[in-house]
Amino acid sequence: MKPFAFERARNVDHALSLAAAAPGARFLAGGTNLLDLMKLEIEQPETLIDVGRLPLADISETAGGGLRIGALATNTVVASDPRVRSRYPVLARAILSGASVQLRNKASMGGNLMQRTRCAYFMDPAKPCNKRLPGSGCSAMGGLSQATALFGASEFCVAVSASDMSVALAVLDAEVETVRADGSVRRRPVETLHRLPGDAPQVDTDLAPDELILAVELPPPPSGGQVWRKVRARASYIGALASIAVAGDRVALGAVAARPWRARAAEAALAEGAAPREAAEAELVSASGEDGRKTLVRRLATDAIQESRKGSRS
Amino acid sequence: MSTVRDWAAPNPITENRSGLIGKPVDRYEGRLKVTGTAPYAFEVETPSAPLYGHIVSATIARGRIAGIDLSQAASAPGVVLVWSHLNVPVQAQRGAKLNPRSQRGSNPALGSDRVEHYGQSVAFILADTPENARAAEARIRITYEASDADLDFGSFIDSAGPVPGEEDARIGDFEAGYSASAVTVDATWFSPLQNHAQMEPCATTAWWEGDKVVVHTSIQMVKGGQHALAETLGIPSDRVRLLTRYIGGGFGGKGQSYDDLTLAALAARESGRPVRVAYTRRQMFQATVHRPAVQMRVRLGADGTGRLNAMALEAVTHCARNSTFVEHAAEFARNLYAAPHRLTGHRLVRLDIPHAGAMRAPGEAPGMLSLECAMDELADRLGMDPIALRIRNEPEVDPDNAKPFSIRQLVRCMQEGAQQFGWDRRNPTPGAVRDGRWYVGMGMATAIRGNFLLPAKAGLRLTGDGLATLTQGMTDIGTGTYTILAQITGETLGLPLDQVRVELGDSDMPPAPGSGGQFGAATAGSAAFETGMVMRRRLAELATSDPRSPLYGEDPLLMDFANGNIVLGNRSESLATLASRAGPEGVYVEGSISPAADARDWSQHTYGAQFAEVGVDSVTGEVRLRRMFGVFAAGRILNAKLAKSQITGGMIWGVGAALTESNAVDPRYGSFLHQDLGGYLAPVHADIVNLDAVLLDEADDKANPMGIKGVGELGICGSGAAIANAVYNACGVRLRDYPLTPDKVLAALEAKGL
Repeated sequence: MKPFAFERARNVDHALSLAAAAPGARFLAGGTNLLDLMKLEIEQPETLIDVGRLPLADISETAGGGLRIGALATNTVVASDPRVRSRYPVLARAILSGASVQLRNKASMGGNLMQRTRCAYFMDPAKPCNKRLPGSGCSAMGGLSQATALFGASEFCVAVSASDMSVALAVLDAEVETVRADGSVRRRPVETLHRLPGDAPQVDTDLAPDELILAVELPPPPSGGQVWRKVRARASYIGALASIAVAGDRVALGAVAARPWRARAAEAALAEGAAPREAAEAELVSASGEDGRKTLVRRLATDAIQESRKGSRS
Repeated sequence: MSTVRDWAAPNPITENRSGLIGKPVDRYEGRLKVTGTAPYAFEVETPSAPLYGHIVSATIARGRIAGIDLSQAASAPGVVLVWSHLNVPVQAQRGAKLNPRSQRGSNPALGSDRVEHYGQSVAFILADTPENARAAEARIRITYEASDADLDFGSFIDSAGPVPGEEDARIGDFEAGYSASAVTVDATWFSPLQNHAQMEPCATTAWWEGDKVVVHTSIQMVKGGQHALAETLGIPSDRVRLLTRYIGGGFGGKGQSYDDLTLAALAARESGRPVRVAYTRRQMFQATVHRPAVQMRVRLGADGTGRLNAMALEAVTHCARNSTFVEHAAEFARNLYAAPHRLTGHRLVRLDIPHAGAMRAPGEAPGMLSLECAMDELADRLGMDPIALRIRNEPEVDPDNAKPFSIRQLVRCMQEGAQQFGWDRRNPTPGAVRDGRWYVGMGMATAIRGNFLLPAKAGLRLTGDGLATLTQGMTDIGTGTYTILAQITGETLGLPLDQVRVELGDSDMPPAPGSGGQFGAATAGSAAFETGMVMRRRLAELATSDPRSPLYGEDPLLMDFANGNIVLGNRSESLATLASRAGPEGVYVEGSISPAADARDWSQHTYGAQFAEVGVDSVTGEVRLRRMFGVFAAGRILNAKLAKSQITGGMIWGVGAALTESNAVDPRYGSFLHQDLGGYLAPVHADIVNLDAVLLDEADDKANPMGIKGVGELGICGSGAAIANAVYNACGVRLRDYPLTPDKVLAALEAKGL
């Protein structure tokens, strides 16, 4: 781990002014991903701004009948909150499948959204990786890793998002509320918080360097069943080969793109009365990549949509 | 030299009067480990503040270092010294042996400009903190001249060559027997490259005391490490004291020393300070040994009743270019089933990747993944129950050499296992059982693994406080060696466990061969037992020849030992009193064990039967273990809890082999795809929901005086095959390319139109 400066933010304004004053600084919350990456020298921030003690952990009802979850609410707290469990079971289940209990106890709402890809070549500093070292190339292309993007990849990067939670948030039309050093507060859908790689895969999100996540807001849940599925070689402690969140007539896919992937084509097909399998196939029209992965997504999406229509909330 | 007949007489262990043998006592060092206070090699106290070394690894597969600039790193914060092949202190040439009796040759680090595999050490940084040492790596500039490298096992399988010094084992005429068989199976399995992935990385703390170096390191074999370092440094081995008291997993991968040992010793000498060096997690994958991939072709020919007429297992595997290691995946098949016409053998491919080496149950672990599934296929083809097929081919004597079995309870393992597992509830028709979207199936396989006894010694001191302290240059790699040695010593001397101490892992102690090949318990334990018997004789002589003893003048051969006393009839004296009278140091004896002269007149193995029930997700191809059960026969059991932990741990190892564990060489770089525990998938708790094992009552009087056998590797054998057979029973898909990951299962389901 490279030496770095450590600052503890006293309040949100302090955190933002520290960030504005220290280019290249990173906010530190639970640290479950950032500290690992620093030990591997994949992340080498000169300054860490500890926001972990800021009062941003509340979960509260919104006027519109939704739920506002503070950026520092731990994954454990969110997944066990009775309101989340009863109204947004897809979110609770996604979080529970996302990490071991030790990690969930530390990991925060905002930090989970900010976690970086687990692409094996991104994780190996000895290999070319445009996300880690812009311009060095992409060794995942033509490589051995199966976990590459089906949607939204570019010629520079095929990495996928590692966050399960964000897939559920995307299907729930959740919004991220942020604040910048100049005091401006902004909201954007979780779905578009993360950038597609384009020609700058090193930039994961559209957050400005001095922009801090304050909360995630969930609108009231859509009517209909909610389903969460995560496919993986072992039962725990590993990222998805593919995942899916279904809520009512909405569908989001995970581990298939650099962002949680709202399956708009599938949703449109369903709205026009298509069968689940036809909807899944409609989404896959725009997919690139290995046939086996497409097959998995087709079968998974077909089955999960069917299950949601049985009114099941598993 | 003794014969097995000498071992047949009753002795304190077989009589087990105080009941310590077999008792499920807690681990001797358990409290230290669970409280984090057991000092591992990297954590031992040093005589003064230590420096920290960091090893820099090559990033090409093969070639030479054309240029290396250390100057920027040398001036980095906290850096004490930086070495490459250009300035590393002189070491003996690789493999050199100054002393022909050394168990290992020289193992130099940074010895030349040649790079023989990705991850090989190419530079070394010593600094005041581990952070500074690692940070300085970025300042080293290396230019390589890369050469062509052979990296992809698959593309060289057809050109595999014979193993030097080895011939195929042929009995009868396999080809004729096979072609004359009514029912045949001919299929090929593939077991991938696997990594040991020990929790504790290779690590060394070293310092010099005058011309003698003291090293604490993580290694399975004390003498091997001591000799390798002595030969590397070109000094007599009595100037190397090697200690290895706690080891966080070995699995065969720490059967040898690595560059952490060599470089720590060199850097401590150069700097005059204690030095700590640990491999990074990445280096554990890339710069230690691995289990090589194996391709296995099995051919079985049987008559209509299932009697095997011909059997062949031909294995192709790989090792490093300058190595001789062979994963003997076909060997176990020589001793398992009767068949008049037999062929087994190995072929080898040499690759420019890190060294292949021993990993838990070398040979059987991948090997049984083929033959035990081929037997399942044969049973299917014959319409026979897989257990009935195996019983039909149970041999009377060892089918390889016609030797009698010391004891073989394989059939009993299968029958008791079937009953307890509920094998009769298995529907033999594949794909017939559903649970929601899951296909559910059951499978079984047998287990066989050799048993070995090697020469070993031990020391035992009885002191005036009544404590017995066993000392042995043995290792406990997390298996429970401390605990069983305490039980053996306590039972032999009639002492309660709280009066027994065990000290291991020190090259100054009487030597034992260490941990490996599941020979540790039988070998070290038998030496401890014999040493205890030497102590009994010495104490009996002391008591009966001393007028101050109430036993004075009696026949020493009549003495008994119980409850901390030496006893004859209603007279007794405490061992503490005896030891006090002997002097301030108490009484010290040494003892030893050697293999019996006629030990090889019997075929001697451990056996088992594995049963698995799996679910296969009909949508995604995910396989989940629902329950697993095994019955094993492995001689007398020293500690019911630890033996079961070893067995079930082995079964779980097999779960990984069947379902998740695999590494691949990236042909563009020569590196492994997975270099951490997040990518290399060993089973986690959630994968193992219901797994249990039973050990049969058994004593093998041909094995050693205690009738015990090893259990460390038996549980792995056949475990993965039982799972693969259950996958077939669940969904009707035969997959022969391990591990059975969702992508492969799904492709097979699709291909079947499921």
